[in-house]
Amino acid sequence: MSYSLKAFRGIMLVALWFSLLFLPFKGPLGAIILFASIVVSISLFRALRRVRFRGIKLSLPYSRYYTLFLLIFLFLFPLFVKDYYLDVAILSCIYVILTLGLNVVVGFTGLLNLGFVAFYAIGAYTYALLNLKLGLGFWQSLPFCLMASTIAGFVLAIPALRLRGDYLAIVTLGFGEITRLILNNWDSLTGGPNGLTGISSPVIFGLSLGRLNRYYYLVLFVVIICYIIIKRVRESKIGRAWLAIREDEISAGSMGVNVTLYKLYAFSFGAFWAGLAGALFAAKMQFISPESFTFIESVLILCMVILGGLGSIEGVIIGALILVILPEVLRGVQNYRMLALGIGLILMMIFRPHGIFGSTMIKKASEKIRVSEGANRI
Amino acid sequence: MFLQQIANGLTVGGVYALIALGYTMVYGVLELINFAHGEVYMLGAYLGIIFFGFFTVLGLTSHSLILSLSLTFILSALFCAAYGFTIERIAYRPLRNAPRLSPLISAIGVSIFLQNFVMLTQGATDKVFPQLFSTAGPEFLGVRITNLQVSIILISFLLMYLLHLFITKTRFGKAMRAVAQDRIMASLVGIDIDSVISMTFIIGSVLAAVAGIMVALYYGLVNYSIGYIAGIKAFTAAVVGGIGSIPGAMFGGILLGLVESLGAAYLSSEYKDAYAFAVLIAVLLIRPSGLFGQKREEKV
Repeated sequence: MSYSLKAFRGIMLVALWFSLLFLPFKGPLGAIILFASIVVSISLFRALRRVRFRGIKLSLPYSRYYTLFLLIFLFLFPLFVKDYYLDVAILSCIYVILTLGLNVVVGFTGLLNLGFVAFYAIGAYTYALLNLKLGLGFWQSLPFCLMASTIAGFVLAIPALRLRGDYLAIVTLGFGEITRLILNNWDSLTGGPNGLTGISSPVIFGLSLGRLNRYYYLVLFVVIICYIIIKRVRESKIGRAWLAIREDEISAGSMGVNVTLYKLYAFSFGAFWAGLAGALFAAKMQFISPESFTFIESVLILCMVILGGLGSIEGVIIGALILVILPEVLRGVQNYRMLALGIGLILMMIFRPHGIFGSTMIKKASEKIRVSEGANRI
Repeated sequence: MFLQQIANGLTVGGVYALIALGYTMVYGVLELINFAHGEVYMLGAYLGIIFFGFFTVLGLTSHSLILSLSLTFILSALFCAAYGFTIERIAYRPLRNAPRLSPLISAIGVSIFLQNFVMLTQGATDKVFPQLFSTAGPEFLGVRITNLQVSIILISFLLMYLLHLFITKTRFGKAMRAVAQDRIMASLVGIDIDSVISMTFIIGSVLAAVAGIMVALYYGLVNYSIGYIAGIKAFTAAVVGGIGSIPGAMFGGILLGLVESLGAAYLSSEYKDAYAFAVLIAVLLIRPSGLFGQKREEKV
């Protein structure tokens, strides 16, 4: 570990600066501890810098045997584990569906949707209300849930798509918040902050899926279907249009892609999967409240997409698994997980903006933009 | 009743306007929504409580309340300026040429980090700011405006006026306007863009810090989550006025404060937070460039 005096002074200054910022919140002792830990970690980082991370290309192993092995594992998995693991597995599956849905909007089409959780909530509340107020079962309600969330996606998209990039993000955020405020305040229908309880589990051929291992197979089946459909849609004409819009909206439009129409498709298609995930979530928890559908939940799903890599289907599945399973593993330091999530998002954007397994096309686009700096960006 | 609500609305509106100025200046210079700006306001409120508590322990408050309060304002503003500067250096500067979504996402990262940082170091429960002023004040036409409200309104307008002078009269303000107009041309004529951008963040953060302390004084309660909702409202104010336009942000903030306080009084107070969003969506759909903004053609 040999570095020049100048570098040493630089490290000291950085550490001093952050300790000073920290001072009012934790007092002198906290600031000293922070100072020491910054100096140590930067020195370590500099020592390890020889190991290049940026150039490493991660790709997923992909072969027929691998897929077969994975499927067998996923099917046999519930036979050997405790209920707790099944619980986590079911939750992971629900998040995988959500992430795949949001990936269509953000990853394929390049539209930032910060209110995605609203569609999830609409799916969940539609099932809960149909089940509790009208006594409909899961399978009779499901079409209505999907319809409700898809229509909501469509209705939001019509006005929102007139807006560019970050304005769109803010309007979707507003939509998400208004949805949550309505759920929270319309006591007579939604039960307000107390939520709705006693939602029944789905039944197949007279077999209740209330038990965790049976429910696991249901959500696993849905995830596989979702994966296949989204993968095929991406390869279709619609999918190619989405990718074209993401890469360059104006060029896509001038090449004859109906930009508004395909954006509408992307919004409604993403909302469709969120509605499905919502219905599955309500049926699993048998209890829902507005607490589950906050802005931070939208951000969490977005993080899953970004971590896995915008636009990569296998990548975002892994992103979702990491962000559901990691907090479970790190239960002891749960308080710090959001802190780490925040730092992770910033570092991710700086060092790996296209995610762990992101498609490289986005990177190329950003390089292109660097050349024509000043021109209107995505 | 009506006039009372107007007075309350003006107070809150002044605060929104101060925060909105931070959004609008950054957007003017960088074309970026500084999502973490609301958190700087929240930090300002917390720093106010921390420093004021510190001075009280030292015995300065009992000696001279005014001195203690002014020192609190100055120190918090200094610290918030440092926070704003650091946020720009860490989360925005490395991403200046990245696709547009990247800085927005890293800003969300900053916002999550700061909220949880404050929650972990200061606790998740509400912090109390000691009640310093009596609720007495001048009264006319059946409206009572407390001294605190008067001071908040006066301080907000004073700061806005100073900012206006800074931007229109000084050299630095001129540089800022040049960068907002065309970043590349500004750099070609010798303006140091990086320092202009840093300065923009610093000024915005100072205004947010002052707004934060005034809100802490006004409501007496501070929570780590206040930054998010206040940030959204101030952003709405900036958009209503036309983002990038400084008089627009002032006007938008006051308008939003009035809408909110009248809406809470006459419609429903449960949906108080929803009005900002409704106004935001309506403005973006009907007149996306805001009331004072100029319509910009998209360049290819």
